[in-house]
Parts: sequence; C-alpha cells; structure tokens
Amino acid sequence: MRRKTALAGAATAALVLVLSACGGGGGTQQPADSSSGGAAQPAFNAGLNEVYNPSTKKGGTLKAAHSADWDSLDPGDTYYGYSFNFGRLYWRTLTMYKPGPGPEGNTVIPDLAEGLGEPSDGGKTWTYKLKSGLKFEDGTEITAKDVAYAVGRSWDKKTFPHGPSYLNELLDWPKDFKGVYEDPDADYSSAVEATDDSTVVFHLKEPFASMDYVVQMPMTAPVPKDKDTGAKYKEKVVSSGPYKFETNEIGKGFTLVRNDQWDPATDPNRPALPDRIEVQVNVNADDLDNQLIAGDIQLDIVGTGLQAAALGKVLPDPALKARTDNPTIPRLWYVSVIPDTPPLDNVECRKAVMWAADRVANQTAYGGELAGGEIATNVLPPPIVGQEKFDLYATPGNKGDVNKAKQALAACGQPNGFSTTMTYRSDRPREKALAEAMEQALAKVGIKLTLKGFPGSSYFSDYAGNVNYVKKNGIGLAAHGWGSDWPDGYGFMQAIVDSRTIRDAGNYNLSVKNDEVDKLIDQASAELDDAARAKLWVDVDKKVMEDASILPVVWAKSLLMRGKGLTNVAYNEGQSMFDYILLGVE
Amino acid sequence: MSFLDVKDLKIHFPTDDGLVKSVDGLSFSVERGRTLGIVGESGSGKSVTSLGVLGLHKGGRARISGEIWLDGEELNGATAEHVRGLRGKKMAMIFQDPLSSMHPYYSVGHQIIEAYRIHNDVSKQVARKHAVDMLGRVGIPEPGRRVDSYPHEFSGGMRQRAMIAMALSCDPELLIADEPTTALDVTVQAQILDLMRDLQSEFNSALIIITHDLGVVAELSNDILVMYAGRCVEYGSTDDIFYRPEHPYTWGLLGSMPRLDREPTERLMPIKGSPPSLINVPQGCAFHPRCPFGERTEGKAETAAPALTETEGGHLVRCHMSRDERRTLWENEIKPALETS
Amino acid sequence: MFTYIIKRVIGAFAMLIVISMVTFGIFYVVPQWAGASPEAMASRYVGRAATPETVHLVAERLGFNDPVIVQYGRFVKGLVAGAEYDYGAGVEQCPAPCFGYSFISGQPVWPDLLDRLPVTFSLAIGAAVLWVVGGVSVGVISALRRGSFFDRLSMGTALAGVSLPIFFTGMISLVVFSYALGWTPPGGAYTDFSVNPAQWAYSLLLPWITLAFLFAATYARLTRAGMLETMGEDYIRTARAKGLHEREVVVKHGLRAALTPILTLFGIDFGLLIGGAILTETTYTLPGLGQFAILAIRNQDMPQVMGVVLVAAMFVVVASLIVDLLYAVVDPRVRLS
Repeated sequence: MRRKTALAGAATAALVLVLSACGGGGGTQQPADSSSGGAAQPAFNAGLNEVYNPSTKKGGTLKAAHSADWDSLDPGDTYYGYSFNFGRLYWRTLTMYKPGPGPEGNTVIPDLAEGLGEPSDGGKTWTYKLKSGLKFEDGTEITAKDVAYAVGRSWDKKTFPHGPSYLNELLDWPKDFKGVYEDPDADYSSAVEATDDSTVVFHLKEPFASMDYVVQMPMTAPVPKDKDTGAKYKEKVVSSGPYKFETNEIGKGFTLVRNDQWDPATDPNRPALPDRIEVQVNVNADDLDNQLIAGDIQLDIVGTGLQAAALGKVLPDPALKARTDNPTIPRLWYVSVIPDTPPLDNVECRKAVMWAADRVANQTAYGGELAGGEIATNVLPPPIVGQEKFDLYATPGNKGDVNKAKQALAACGQPNGFSTTMTYRSDRPREKALAEAMEQALAKVGIKLTLKGFPGSSYFSDYAGNVNYVKKNGIGLAAHGWGSDWPDGYGFMQAIVDSRTIRDAGNYNLSVKNDEVDKLIDQASAELDDAARAKLWVDVDKKVMEDASILPVVWAKSLLMRGKGLTNVAYNEGQSMFDYILLGVE
Repeated sequence: MSFLDVKDLKIHFPTDDGLVKSVDGLSFSVERGRTLGIVGESGSGKSVTSLGVLGLHKGGRARISGEIWLDGEELNGATAEHVRGLRGKKMAMIFQDPLSSMHPYYSVGHQIIEAYRIHNDVSKQVARKHAVDMLGRVGIPEPGRRVDSYPHEFSGGMRQRAMIAMALSCDPELLIADEPTTALDVTVQAQILDLMRDLQSEFNSALIIITHDLGVVAELSNDILVMYAGRCVEYGSTDDIFYRPEHPYTWGLLGSMPRLDREPTERLMPIKGSPPSLINVPQGCAFHPRCPFGERTEGKAETAAPALTETEGGHLVRCHMSRDERRTLWENEIKPALETS
Repeated sequence: MFTYIIKRVIGAFAMLIVISMVTFGIFYVVPQWAGASPEAMASRYVGRAATPETVHLVAERLGFNDPVIVQYGRFVKGLVAGAEYDYGAGVEQCPAPCFGYSFISGQPVWPDLLDRLPVTFSLAIGAAVLWVVGGVSVGVISALRRGSFFDRLSMGTALAGVSLPIFFTGMISLVVFSYALGWTPPGGAYTDFSVNPAQWAYSLLLPWITLAFLFAATYARLTRAGMLETMGEDYIRTARAKGLHEREVVVKHGLRAALTPILTLFGIDFGLLIGGAILTETTYTLPGLGQFAILAIRNQDMPQVMGVVLVAAMFVVVASLIVDLLYAVVDPRVRLS
C-alpha cells in the first residue's frame, strides 16, 4: 500500500518536472505561508521545484554532520558554498539569494539592506541602506560601521587567507593599507565607508555590474569591532542571524541555539524553525551517508551529494531513491583544448577534437546521467541566470562525427591526424575514465592521445595550470572542472575564460586566450541592465565555443538525500544545495 | 597384601602411527620402609609406570588396565579427583631435572608452600615455616633466606634437595624418584643418594627409584626390577641382580655400568642396537634382536614370548634359555669377563 | 634498576629528537628537493583561487621563507620555552611545551592533543580489556581442547579477525547494529566518562568490540600456541604430581608462563593504540588522537602532524619501557642492567 502511493507520488513529481521543463521552469510555488503539511509522500526530485514537506512548525533539534571541517566559521575567512549557505543561520549579509526552490533561487534580494544596491558613477560606486531594528546577539545595534569594518578586516589575507578576494580586487583600497590589525587607525574609506549609521558605500576601481552577488558573500556580514579577535574570532562569532553559538569545539563540532535578539520583523526570509542545530564535523564520509539514510542525522552539510558507496545502495532502491533530489548544479566538467600546443594552435584542429569527441562515452565516464550529469553542449551550465543552451558541434546521437572531424583536420592541414598529450587528476577516477574515453574517440579520426595523470593537489600549480610545464611537455588536452561562486556569467566564467587572469602557475584558465572573449567580458562586467548583461555572457559562451578551446563534457548533477523527519526542504539554485535557512524538523 | 601392589599394569597410548604399548603387563610390589629399583634404558616404560601409579595419565588419551593397590585401596578404578587428593600427600614424586621440573616464575618456598597447603589447611605463615624446616632437613644452608630464592638461583644439587623437600613436605608414604641424580655431577649424586637413604629410614616410606643406571640402585635398593620394552625381564633382590643375574639384558646393563676400578670407556659387553619400537615390539622375545645368545633357543626366541618364571626364591627371569644354561654362561663367561677387566 | 631506567629515558629522548627531525625533514626538506618554493608550500593553506599576494603573505606568516634549520630551531624553542602567536587582533602566549598552532585552524596543538587523549585512551582501555580477556580465554580453551570443534571454530574465526580490515568490519557493524537494529549508537557518538559513565560505555561498545575482535584474534592464536607449549613442560607435571587441582595447574602454572610473550605484545599494541587508533577512530568518527592524526596528515598540517607523531612515539617508547620493567617482575630470571 505504501509502495503504491509512493509510486503515485513519484509519477506526479515526474509530471511536474516535465511540465516545468516545457514551461521553461515557470510555475514554482512559494513555501512561505503553508502550514505544517503532515507526512509528505517522498518522491524523486520532490524538493527540486517546490518545497518538500512544507511546514511552519517551530521547535526540535536539527542534527547535521560534515565529512570534513569548515575552513573557518569566521564570515571573513570562509570560501565554501555550504559555508555561505549554512552561515546564514548565524550571520546576515547585505543581500542574499532568494530562498526556496525553482529558478528564482539564483536571484538576489536584500537581507540587511532595505533594497538592492544602488549603483552610481557608472557602476563604480554602490550604496546599500540598512534596515532599522537590526541587532547583534548581545543586543547592540548593527550599524553600517559594523558592515564596513567587516569588509575592512576581511582585506587582511595574512589573518584571513581562506576567504574570497573579490572585494580585495574590486574595491579601491588605499595604496599603503596594511589592514585593520597592523594599522588600527587606517582610513580605508576610499574602498568602503559608512556614511551614516545605516548607509554603506562601496567604491570600486572599475565599473562592475554584479555587485549584488558579491555582497551576498559573508565578507559583508557585520562584525563588532570591539568583539573582533582576528584569527580567533571564529571561535566565538557574534551572531547577527536567528541562531547563535552555544558551544563551539573546533575540529569536533558546535551547537547553535536561538538568538533572542534577532527580530523576525526585520527578516522575512528566515523561518528559523528548529530550536537547536547540532553539527558534528570530521564524520567518516561513508558513515555519514549511512546515518543520513538511517535517520540518525538529517543533513549532510557539504551538500555535494552522496558518496559512490551510497549511490550504489540508493539508486536501485525505489524507496531510497524517492528521498533524493537530483539537481543540475552550476558546475561544468570539461576538457581544456590548449591553443599553445601545435597543431592545436589552429582552430580547425581544435574543432576536429570537438567533432570527434563521443559525448555519450564522456558522460558515461562521469557516472551517467544521475550521478554524473547532463551532456553539456556549451560552457554556461543551465542554473546560471540567463543561460542559453546551444550546440555548435551537434552530432548524430551525440556520439561524434568522424566525417566532420576529418574535414576539420584537412582544413587544419593535418588530414592524417596528429599526436598530443592529455592530462587528468589521477586521484579522480572519473577524470581518468574521461581521458580514456577521449583517447578512444579521437583515435577513430587519427588523433593519438598520450594520457598522463597527476596528483590533484598540485595539478594547477605544477602541471596543467603551469604555463611552462604545458609548453615544455606539449600538453594539448587537460581534464578540468569548474563551479561558480554565484550563478551569473561573471561568477562562473571570468576565472576560466578571461586570458588576462593567466599567470605563470596556478591557472584555472588553461586554454581560452581570445581577445574577442576578453572584450566581451569587459562589456558584460560593466553592463548594469540585468537582461542585457545576461545576453552578453551568452555571447561570451558562444565565442568560446567558436574558439573551440573548451570541450564541454557534462553539466554536473548531484544526488542529494533529504534527511528523515526534515520539513521545508527545497533545493535552492543560488546555493546549489538544499536551502539550509528554510529547514525544520518534525 | 603389600603396601603398594601393582598387578598386570598395562598403559597403552593410541597414536596416529599405532598403539604404543609403553607398559605391557607389569606387576610388582613394595613394602613400607623398603626400596625398589626399577632399571631400564630410556623408553623401556619405567617413567610411564611411575606416572601411572600416581594417576597422572588419568583423563588423557592413555588406556590403562590392571590394578594398582595402595595401602589396600585400588587406584586405577578410583576417580581422578580421589587420586588427585592422594597425590602429593600419600604418594609423591621426585623428578629427573629439577630445573625444568620446578616452575621458573615461583620461588622455591612458594612451590613448597603450595604443595603443603593443597593437603593441609594451614595459614601461609605456618606453611612457610614448614617449608623452611623442610629445606633445612634436606640440608640447604640458611633455609630461612633461601626459601625466597628462585630455582635458577640454586645450584643443581640444591635444586634437587629442594625438589626432595617439596616431595616430602606432606610426609608421603610412597615416594617415587625418577632418575633423581641423572642431572647432577658425581659427587653431588652421592650426596643426594645419601640424603634419600637417610630420609627414607627417617620417614619409613616405601621408595621406588627409577633409573637407567644400576650403580644408583646398588646401595639403595632392597629389590630391583629390570624393565625392557614395557615388561619386566628380571626381578630379584639386589644381591640376586648383582651377584646372580640370569638375563642377558641384565648382564648388558651390568657390563655398561661405570665402575671406579675400570676405565669408563671400556665396555665388556655393550648392548648392541637400540631399544625397540613400542608400537611394533619384536615377535617372540622382545630382546632377541639384540641378544647375543638368541641362537641357543633353537629359533624359539623369534616366535614365542618367554614367560616370567621364578628361578629361585622370588628371583624371576623372562628368558627362553634354561636355568642351567644361564647360570653356566654367567659363571663361566660373563662374570669372569666383568671381573678381569 | 634505577640506572637502567635513567638510561632508557635518555635513549627515549634521543629517539624523540630523531623522530622530530625526520618528520620535519619529510615535511620541509623533501618538497624543497622536489623544487617547491615557499609559496608553493603555502598554497596548501589558503582558500580557493587565492591571489599570489595572499599566498605570499601566508608563506611569510608561517615562516616558510626561513632556512629549514631556523624553522626547526623555532619549533624546538617553542617546545622548550614556549612561543608567541599573533592572531591579528593581539598576541597570545603559548606556554611550553608549545607544539605551535595549526596551519589550518589556527588552534594551539598541545591543548587539542590533551583534549583528544581521553577519547583514545577510553577506546584503547575498553578494547584491551575485551581482547585480552576474550583472546586469552579462547586461546586457553582451544589449547586444552586441541582439535575439538571449538578449537577449529575459534581459530577459523581468529584468522578472519586478523584478516578483515577494521574499516570493513566497523562499517558493517554500524550498518547492522546501529542503523538496522538500533542496538548501538550511530557513528560519532561519544560521551566523556566524567559526564556519564554508562553512556560512555554504551557509546564505545561497538568500537570496543570491533577493535577487540581484531586484536583478540592474534592473542587467541598466540595464547593457544603458548599454552600448548607450556602445558607440555616438566613443571606442569610437577604441579600435577603435587596434587594441584587441574584449574590451578592451567591458570597458575600453565597460563602464567604462557602469558609472558603476550605481555610484550600487549605493551607494544597498547602503546601504539594510545598513539592513535587511526582506522577505528576514523570509521566510528571518534574525536581521538587517531582521527586527529589522519586529519593532520590529510590537511598537511605540519604542527599537528608533529605533535601527534611525537606524542604517539612517546607512548610507544613508554609502553616498551614499562613492558621491559614488567618483564623483570613477571619472570624472575630476567635481570635488568
């Protein structure tokens, strides 16, 4: 009986999925005012486009676990997606992703700020107005100074080496600035300043359109200057969100309890359902999956999906599969086709690689559709705002086209093919499988690949991302993968297609060296109109595909399991995982 | 009935290779205050016999038949627990190598105290005092100090004295000494033998001395039993065995006895060959493959087992040759050869 | 005896110094041979897509630009005299023995080690009791009933116990007893003894049994072999001839002698285990030294690696010293010089 209804639920969910796909992702629902819905029927992807098991019931303890540990709990020193997501339980930033399911999840809305940023000076100055009635956990008022101070302290990379450097790069810092600790009286108002208690103003070096996305990052979470203890602040972060730290044992775990100074009236986005949140870190990854399946914990904080061992158990079991969501995340697995290495300096030879690749075999190498992802035909993944799917190298059945590849080889002056080397990270079995699939497919058109694996930890510093190494060893292809910091074109593409980011070593852009691409990036970065900007990033995407310097493999999917007894579960596109601020427990 | 009466004792061990007949129909008896020597080569079954009397084969794989009467009580049919209660108290044993026979981790005193307290419900202090007394009686100097020494801290002779003290700690009425002097050098041997003789007269116990060396039992024993392949081949008073021996095997033993008036390397009549397998005991007379006089039995030695027959006044011999033949051989050939050398 | 202990302690110190140098060398010198710059080493301790400036600053803060000998000297000085730690907003005193601060979390290493020691100790002590009692009794019974069904069954199980890795038995036991049956708590449950002894034992039950199973197997086999040997000794026959009860013959005379080699093994095993039961703690997510060690190595967190290596080495050294002293107590024939 139970199984029947579960199947019916699955069918309904599938139908919803089909409809939403046809309708271009429209028709999603908001979780806000639904009451506790009782026992929801689990179904595959039930949390993808609507809230699964919606509830407004407060109370209970949410048990969460992490298979490793935070880089830091300090909002100024952390750079993981899960940390940005989870941190919103104890911090608030100027803006935030719209909570909840569906495509709207990757748009930004104000959080501490009354509204989104107001650009002036052609996008070089951004002004944010704070709401009133905001308080830290100790009852003191949160002012614009606390936000400006937080940004100022995050500049000090000696103290905070982990956090993102966007604001270090974008803002107009004083030339001789040494950071707030070495020079406590320094004036850094040329970069960020509080013009009054409720106004924060950012001054940028160059016009920049995606500022609202940057300030949703935790560098703008307010830090009270008199409570700041530098590198030790992570031991006792002063909360600005609905929860505060009760205990915090670094390396073991921590407990969050309600922050009674948090005023829900200033914060319509956080339902703050559980009374307590217990987090354990450094939990054995396979055991964590088992506990999640069994219900001993309800949330896997890392949010990148189940381990291989658990996948083998969950996918064949309909009851377990019904508890999972399988979103496409803003991550692309791809092959860099490096134009420095002859004959790949000729675009026709690069195109031959595009035509010859067997996309189905490549997808299989990554674990197939559910565990791996959707076959990618261009650079931007579907969850990116304004993404367009296009295919310049369509082949029958996505299995490659030998004739077109041979034509391209002829046009390149290499009618009999050529030999080159492909690198991959040897500690990633999927990249190894990809390299082998490529070797087979390219052999059919006469391109011979020599495969070389390298340790992942030094892959970019010493091998594929090291300009000298690549030139000396004639590396033509390199397995690669990239995920975005925020779901717009800049957030995803800038680091991997802007040729001006290329340094001697440690590069993430291995292959895109195209002036036209760079020009388009500058145009897009400065465009303040959302729709026009999104369109420009699609142009960048198209230019890169024409350049044939990136061979997309799959737009990654993750398989997330909804914990037993969790309420209000929804996949958020901005976070690329469940929206942690919505969660409650039965 | 004697104090110890063993009748037709058989101790057989089943093994993967066959049945080992270690003791195969042995009878003997000992009275209080008297001493029996059991003599034979190693593997003749002497030690198995002594362990059998003490009931130490019980509960193992051994098949035991026959009767063992001790002070009017049959032990072979008694329960293992009952026999355990007699061991150490009514009958005790002195082993061959006191170094390996005493536990290396416990002090000598501890081991004597343990032996005493099994059978006597006394406090540790009382038992300790008794142990010191016993060590003193066996001639260990400074017994109050040496009682806390470990076996490895004793010399070989001292260890054997301690072993004797342990065996005598409960005044046993039957004492079995298994090669008590083999591991000791000659002067110490004599001391230990003197000690045992003194103690026996003092305690008036029945004593069985097991040895491969006739010299050891010559002075100490009243009677001697010569064993070969699990059986008795000759039995008699010490005088019988030394002055009127009738079995060729006994002659061999006498011939291989080291004597002070003779070079130790000279052997008049060494026993040829090696002791027989106890699984496949030779057909007929078990000794015949090694016997220099086998042809005199006109082939009987190879087919029929000779019976143990009385030759004169309690002197028993198991041999196919006639009494006269044996006596003639002894008087005319063996005895002169032993004496002239 | 006293001189012996002094000699051993001095030897132990020398060994710890050598171990610290080797660890230091592996960490600092080997990458240099491979051509890694201070920046390349520092790049392990920065966030994603860090700028070259950030990497440079971190290299400087962690002292990678100094010669290795200077870095080692700084480490030794910290151990002996303590050190100072600049956390940005102020300076913290790190009293001796200062093992430094984690490259990753910035936490002082020494308090962390002390904090995790009780967990590992709890795990080791409980498991040790189980495996010694279990392994030795099974071994004794097997030896006394050689060739019986019990003997063959237990020795077969022991072989499996030795062969199966703990991350396998551990994971299976969790799935069966914790998640399917619900008899034992899930992985990661640990309650300190001082908080609630009953809960402490309950939370460690499964790790104890799993770990004990692994060791008990070895001990059962060793005890069996030792018992077979000692029960054939002459002094066992003597004990029986005295009229001792069989139970006392087996325990007081047989087992006592058979246990001596087991004591040696136990000392070393226990010392190693206190140094960190890496696989068990990882499998069951117990916050002990073993988990600490594996995380430190995975994160290439030098001060933590150094701290846990030295502490573990110290336990092994101390354990072997205790074993040697105990040996002299157990076997009066052994004299220390």
